[in-house]
Amino acid sequence: MTAATDFMNIAIILAFIAVALAQVLSMVRLVIGPSVGDRILALDTMVVNAIGLIVLLGIAQGSRIYFEVTLIIAMLGFVSTVAYARFILRGDIIE
Amino acid sequence: MSIEVIGTYAVAICLLIGAAFALIGTIGLLKFNDSMTRLHAPTKVGTIGIGALLLASMIHAHVFADGSMHELLIMAFLFVTAPISANFIAKVNIHRRSCDAPPPPPKDDTWSTLNVPEADRELAEPEKV
Repeated sequence: MTAATDFMNIAIILAFIAVALAQVLSMVRLVIGPSVGDRILALDTMVVNAIGLIVLLGIAQGSRIYFEVTLIIAMLGFVSTVAYARFILRGDIIE
Repeated sequence: MSIEVIGTYAVAICLLIGAAFALIGTIGLLKFNDSMTRLHAPTKVGTIGIGALLLASMIHAHVFADGSMHELLIMAFLFVTAPISANFIAKVNIHRRSCDAPPPPPKDDTWSTLNVPEADRELAEPEKV
């Protein structure tokens, strides 16, 4: 059991590093992105990666209280992506 | 090999797969050289990565606690909404002419987001009216 637990702890640390690196890289695309579509896509990717970071935090602490946070951030990320895209497409969000 | 050991290894492997997919999707977002090409990497690969992380969280809850299937809700929501937001961003790219030449539409004259309605034609191209 101890070897398996050590392997899981190392995997949790590696997953934290990889997802945080992904968050930083998508932030680079958010800054340099040449068009508006790239910036919306980078924001969408950052929301998805933030969901991954919160899930990893829940696994690392062994707690179940991060579930509602994750669900609300997922809904908010989808709605904000659609709102940005609607604003670019129509010049208005709710017509 | 008890069930706890197998579950712990399954959690670790799901975590590694999910983190690798998320990182590769974001590298694709950074490295590709066209707006429409860039759309492919994070909307598909990143979603699968988060799905694997949520699967790891579910297995972790079943091995170390009394179990929960709540993550299926987030997984279903993400898998349903990722194509919709990708479709909206593709429409933004066509609308802003970020891609070089949009593909020809199958039935109509032009894509609906490029089609200026009758009432707005004076505003869009005043010299032609």
